[in-house]
Amino acid sequence: MEEFLKSIIGDNIITYIIMPIPALIFVSLFALYAVLAERKVSAWISNRIGPNRAGGKMGLLQTILDGIKLVQKEFVSPVRSDRFLFKAAPFIIFTAAFMGYAVIPFSSLYIGVDLNLGLFYFFSITSLGVIGMLMAGWASNNKYSLFGGIRSVAQIISYEIPTALAALVVVMLAGTLSMQAFCVAQDGGIFNWFIFGGPGGLSKIILIPFMITACVILFLSTLAETNRTPFDIPEADSELVAGVHLEYSGMQFAMFFFAEYAQMFAVAGVIATLFLGGWQSPFGDLVPFLNSPVMQIIWFLAKGFFLVFVQIWMRWTLPRVRVDQLMTICWKFLIPISFVNIFVVALYIIFFK
Amino acid sequence: MIYYTILFYVFAVLAVATAFYVVFAKNVIHSAFALFGTLFAVAGLFVLLNADFIAITQIMVYVGGILVLMIFGVMLTTKIADIDIHTKNLNRIPAILFSTGITVILIFILFTTKWNIKPQVQNQETVSQIGKLMLTTYLLPFEIASIVLLVALVGSAMYARKTK
Repeated sequence: MEEFLKSIIGDNIITYIIMPIPALIFVSLFALYAVLAERKVSAWISNRIGPNRAGGKMGLLQTILDGIKLVQKEFVSPVRSDRFLFKAAPFIIFTAAFMGYAVIPFSSLYIGVDLNLGLFYFFSITSLGVIGMLMAGWASNNKYSLFGGIRSVAQIISYEIPTALAALVVVMLAGTLSMQAFCVAQDGGIFNWFIFGGPGGLSKIILIPFMITACVILFLSTLAETNRTPFDIPEADSELVAGVHLEYSGMQFAMFFFAEYAQMFAVAGVIATLFLGGWQSPFGDLVPFLNSPVMQIIWFLAKGFFLVFVQIWMRWTLPRVRVDQLMTICWKFLIPISFVNIFVVALYIIFFK
Repeated sequence: MIYYTILFYVFAVLAVATAFYVVFAKNVIHSAFALFGTLFAVAGLFVLLNADFIAITQIMVYVGGILVLMIFGVMLTTKIADIDIHTKNLNRIPAILFSTGITVILIFILFTTKWNIKPQVQNQETVSQIGKLMLTTYLLPFEIASIVLLVALVGSAMYARKTK
């Protein structure tokens, strides 16, 4: 798509302004329907019906109507809050979540920009959102919000480490940081995906348990980075009422949810790219039609949606962990296991590659 | 290329303006947020110099740094406890002398140094070259830095530990 736009408009900045627009449209639509999916899935898990009035039995218009309701609402800001920071915070959080989409490879022909540092860029940009969280927590002038902000800082600073270490395993095997190159490296069917050790001879069987562990660690730690249950202590509703978005109303409140769902799909997309083949079809090149650029979008979205579904599923199944348990999981389990993973994969690369 | 010139001035103005705000803001938290703006704008300038790895590392390192700074700011200036700590100017005359001196030296260096201006290079992959250099030519500084960091880590863990 970048080449196509360049051939029409020329190699200038307008091309780079147009490139992210499809991703922005996707994020908006996804956030609308992911909220609905979350409500429906949670209803099914707890044996309820869920939204079923607006837009048929599935409640297809529910979130759109909710959005219209939120737009109409008055923007209320607390007395003695810091007005500028209070208003700016939701937008910073959403911008940070959306900036990650620049390197999400939706298809071999569509990626915002194929940076040769794609993965590194993604991890550094997604941690920007926490600045917005702290800003919102501090500016609200509410002790529960402030606690939420501080907790989210502690959580994200800790969980960045297992995220990076788990992803490093794939970086070592693929020898690159570019998101498109990860997808290309997993060419040739489901058994060449990095969750099954990537392409290689019979010796890669040794790697399979370690790669699955790395995938699970990456999933858990990104779950913590997006502040989802069981790691949602920044907004723990039983302790902190609602954490950082306690004082927000109307569209500002909706921005927090847009950001959360945008980030959910972004991390799902990164896990899909690193471990589940990205936009590769599971049948490889057996059926060339299934690996065409348009079908690649469908494969990628299917993998992303599946991981988002697992995130929702975990949220409504598991209880929230305590603060000390959260830190124990990170520092005493996820990080040491990630180091073992890196060590084994490094040995494999030395002896078998 | 006019766009890149415009972008350069946008980032430059942003960096300077937020840096002024960092110095003159009365509130520590506002200073910390503005400092983040400065560092982000400087990362933008690095991107325009084709130093993409340094730009992203700058964001990654300073986001964590700024956050810790802000946490200290929150602890010191929280509105909830009503302890009012504002930034103030102290010792004005020595400060003015000192900063004027540094400014004069910097301007002198700026105009007397013979700058090597290279023709603009195409954007090329930097990260693999940096990795190779770190593990070949600059292996010793790299290892020393990692040992220093390890010692700092062990030391802070020792201090944070509960004494029995």
